[in-house]
Amino acid sequence: MDYRPEVISKLSAMFNAGHGTFLKDSPELFNRHREKAFNDFLRLGIPDRKNEAYKYTNLEKFLNYQYQDYFFPLPSDFREAERFHCEVEDLNVWNMVLLNGFFPHGEDGLVMLPGGIWVGSMKAAVRQFPSLVEKHYNRYVEDGTDGLIPLNTALASDGLFLYAPKNTVYTKPIQIVNLLHSDKDIFVQDRNLIIVEEGAQLSLLSCDHSISPRRFLTNTITEVYVGRNARFDIIRVQNQHDNSGKITHTFIHQERDSYASSNNISLHGGLVRNATWHYLGGENSETHSYGLFLADKDQHIANFVKVDHVAPNCNSTQLFKGVLDDNSSGAFNGRIMVHKDAQKTNAYQSNNNIILSDTARMDTKPQLEIYADDVRCSHGATVGQLDENALFYLRSRGIDVHEARLMLMFGFAHEVIKKISIEALRDRIDDLVQKRLRGELSRCASCAVQCN
Amino acid sequence: MENDQDKVLNEVTTGEYKYGFVTDIETDVIPKGLSEDVVRLISAKKEEPEWMLEFRLKAFRHWLTMKMPAWANLKIPEINYQDIIFYAAPRQKPAPGSLSEVDPQLIKTFDKLGIPLEEQKRLTGVAVDAVMDSISVKTTFRETLAELGIIFCSFSEAVREHPSLVQKYLASVVPYTDNFFATLNSAVFSDGSFCYIPKGVRCPMELSTYFRINTSNTGQFERTLLIADEESYVSYLEGCTAPMRDENQLHAAVVEIVAERGAEVKYSTVQNWYPGDRDGKGGILNFVTKRGMCKGDDSKISWTQVETGSAITWKYPSCILRGNNSTGEFYSVAVTNNYQQADTGTKMIHIGKNTKSTIVSKGISAGFGQNSYRGLVKVLGKAEGARNFSQCDSLLLGDKCGAHTFPYIEVDNPSAIVEHEATTSRIGEDQIFYCNQRGISTEDAIGLIVNGYAREVINKLPMEFAVEAQKLLQISLEGSVG
Repeated sequence: MDYRPEVISKLSAMFNAGHGTFLKDSPELFNRHREKAFNDFLRLGIPDRKNEAYKYTNLEKFLNYQYQDYFFPLPSDFREAERFHCEVEDLNVWNMVLLNGFFPHGEDGLVMLPGGIWVGSMKAAVRQFPSLVEKHYNRYVEDGTDGLIPLNTALASDGLFLYAPKNTVYTKPIQIVNLLHSDKDIFVQDRNLIIVEEGAQLSLLSCDHSISPRRFLTNTITEVYVGRNARFDIIRVQNQHDNSGKITHTFIHQERDSYASSNNISLHGGLVRNATWHYLGGENSETHSYGLFLADKDQHIANFVKVDHVAPNCNSTQLFKGVLDDNSSGAFNGRIMVHKDAQKTNAYQSNNNIILSDTARMDTKPQLEIYADDVRCSHGATVGQLDENALFYLRSRGIDVHEARLMLMFGFAHEVIKKISIEALRDRIDDLVQKRLRGELSRCASCAVQCN
Repeated sequence: MENDQDKVLNEVTTGEYKYGFVTDIETDVIPKGLSEDVVRLISAKKEEPEWMLEFRLKAFRHWLTMKMPAWANLKIPEINYQDIIFYAAPRQKPAPGSLSEVDPQLIKTFDKLGIPLEEQKRLTGVAVDAVMDSISVKTTFRETLAELGIIFCSFSEAVREHPSLVQKYLASVVPYTDNFFATLNSAVFSDGSFCYIPKGVRCPMELSTYFRINTSNTGQFERTLLIADEESYVSYLEGCTAPMRDENQLHAAVVEIVAERGAEVKYSTVQNWYPGDRDGKGGILNFVTKRGMCKGDDSKISWTQVETGSAITWKYPSCILRGNNSTGEFYSVAVTNNYQQADTGTKMIHIGKNTKSTIVSKGISAGFGQNSYRGLVKVLGKAEGARNFSQCDSLLLGDKCGAHTFPYIEVDNPSAIVEHEATTSRIGEDQIFYCNQRGISTEDAIGLIVNGYAREVINKLPMEFAVEAQKLLQISLEGSVG
C-alpha cells in the first residue's frame, strides 16, 4: 500500500501548525518562501521509484516512520556537542560543532575568522547581512521533480552560513561537525548557504556523526555560490549508524573562471542519498564531483549528480566508486548536460563498482545529454568484481588471497581518496577505509551507538 | 574553411529522398478510425480463425486502458487514432500462384526499389517477402525453402496453414500487454512475415522482408514472427521505404524471435522510411517493438540495424538471454538529419548462466536532428558469470543537433562483469586537415570518416545490405561537417 498520502498529511498538519514552532522564530526571509514551497511539495509529492532520479532508491523505510514533530535545541543539548572531539590527528582546521544542523548559541552565532571570513547560523546571518542573504537564498535550487527539495524550503528554520567576501582567503579548511544527537527519533531539515565571492577561497570539511542510537532522517539543502575566479572545495565524510538516513541536495552555482569540487565519502549509514548539482554558468570554469561509498548490511547508498554546462569552455569530471557487500544496494545516477552554446566543453564521467556478495546489488545510470557540437564528452561505467589476473599476480608473489583482495580493493578506493586536498584527512580516510575493508569498522567497532 | 564546410553540409543535407514516389494501384481500404468493429473487420477481411480474433480483441481492450508513453527523449506530435486507416491492401486476385499473376504495377514498384521479386534473379540469392501497405504481396523462393522444411510465408498464410506453430509462439516474447504500441499492433496488425527454421537446418540463403507504405493516411502495423528451432541458423533482412507525404504516418510493428537450443538468428534492418522534408514536415512515426528470446542453451540472437529514415524512431531491439551460455548482440547505426528524432537502443536481460551480450551503438546527428541512445543491461540474481560490454559513440555534425546517451545498468549478481563506455564528439578538424593535405576534398574526407566510424556496425550486415547501407549513409551525410 502506498504509504505516502499518510506521511504527506502528517507533514501538512505539521506545516499548518508551524506558527507555534518553526515559523515563530525563523527569519522573515525563510517564511516568505514557505507557502509556495509547501505547495510545490504537495504538487510533487514524495518521490517514489517512478521518479527517474529515484528509480533505484526506495525512501519508504525512512520516510514512513513516526518522527517527533519538530526539533528545537535546548542550550543543554549543546553540552554534548561541546564535549565532542574530532579524532583525526594533526588535522589543522578551524572547527565548529553543530547539533542536528543547529548552530550553538543560536542567534548570536556568527563569528569572523582571521582573513575576514564569516561562519555562523543562518538566523544570525539574515540579521547581519540581510541583502546579501536575500540575494542568494533559494536562488540556485533547481525546480525539478523532487518534492523533498521544496519540503526543506518549507520547513527549515536554520542551518550553516559561510561567507567569504571578495578576495578573502582562509588558508585552513573549515571543519563543521554535525552531530546527530537526541533522545527522540527526529526528522531534521537544515538549510545551508555558502557564498564565496569573487577571488575568494574556501575549503569546507563537513562531517556527520550520529551519537545516539535513535532513528534520524536528515533532509539537507546546501546552496553554494562561487563567484568569479573564486575557489571552493567541499568534502563530506558521512559516518552514521544504520538507523539514520541522510538525504543531501547540494547546488553549486559557478561564475566564470571559478573552480569547485565536491567529494562525498560515505562510510556508513542506513540510507544515504547525495544529490549534487553543478551549474557552470560562466566561461572557463571547472568543476569536479567525486564520491566513494562502502556499503554493507542492508544499507542503501545513492549518488545523484548533474553537471550543467551552460557556458562554453568549461571542464568537468565525475568520479564515483562503490564497494558493496552483504545485502547492500547502491545506485548511481549521473548526468552531463551540455547546453546549446556551451561549445568547447570537456566533460568526463566515470562510475565503477565492485560487488562482493551474492545479495548485493548495484544499479547505475550514467547519462549524457548534449546539444552543442564542439564538445568532448565521455562516460564509462563498470560493475564487476576484482580482476582475477591482478589477484593472481599478487598471489604469485607470495601474498595470500585475503591480503591480495584487500590490497586491490584499497587501491580501487584510493583513486577517489587521493583527490582529497587535505593531507591529514586523506591519511585518516585511507586508514578508515582500510579498517572498513578489513571488517573492523563495518561492525561498528569505533561507534558508541552499537545500533545492532 | 568553415564556410566551405557549411556549404558542403547544406548540399548534402538537402539530398532528396529517393523512394518518395507513389504507386497508382487499386487498393482495398477500410474507413478511418479505430474501434472494436474495425478490429473485427480486419480479422474478418483476413478470414482469421476465432482464436486470432480473440487475441486481437483482448489486446484492443487492454489498449484502451493504456496511455501513450512520454518517457522518451522525443517530441511526438499528437496522434489521432481516429484519423488513421488501419487496413489497406493492394487489390489483387486471391493468392498469386506465380509471379505472372501479381499485378504488374506492383512488380514495377518493387523493381523501382531494387527488390528482386523475380525469381530469375537467382544470383542475388535472397528470398524476399514483399509487404505493401498491410499485405504481403509475394514471397519468393518458397519452394526451394520448403524442400528443407523451412516455412517462410506471410503471417496470414501462417495463421491459416500452421496455426499450431503460430498459436504456440505468438506473443510469447512480446505479450499483448507489453507496451502501448505493441498492444495497438496486437489488436490491428494486418500482415507480416512468418518464418520457421526446423531442427538442425542451416538456411541456405538470406531471408528478407521488404516493407512499403503506399496508401496515404494509413498506418502500417506488421508483425514478424521468427522461430529458429534447435541447432538451426538463419539470417534475416528487413528493409523499408515510403512515399513522401506532408502528414505523418504511423508505423507500429512488432518483431518476435525465438531461438531454441543452439540456434542462431541474425536479424538485420535497413530502415529508410520517409524522414519528412527539410523543415520537419511529414515523415513516418516509427514505433517498433523488437525482441528476441534466447530460449535454449547456447543460442544466439544478433540484431544489426541501420536507421536512416523516419521522422521519429522509437525502437529498442532487445534480447532476453534465458538459456545458459546464450549470446545477445546489438549493432546499430542511427542517423538523424534535418528535424529527425531517434530514441533507440536495446535491452539485454541476462537470466541464464554465462550469458554474454555486446552492444555497439553509433549515433550520427546532423542538422536539427536529435539522437538518443537508451539501453538497459540487466543482470538477474541467477545469471552467474554474465558478461556485457557496451560502447555507444555519438558523432555531431553541426551545432544545432543533439546527441544523448541514457544507459541503465542493473546488476544483481556479484560474478557479473558489466562495462559501458560512451563518447560524444565531432569530426576533428585535424582529421579533415589530414585528408585535405593528402588531396582528398572535404566532402570525401567526411564520407570517409563517417563510413569508418560506422564500419564496425556495417561490417556486421550481410553483403547485399552492407553495400546499400553504405550508400544510404553517404546519401544521408556525405560531406557534412561539424
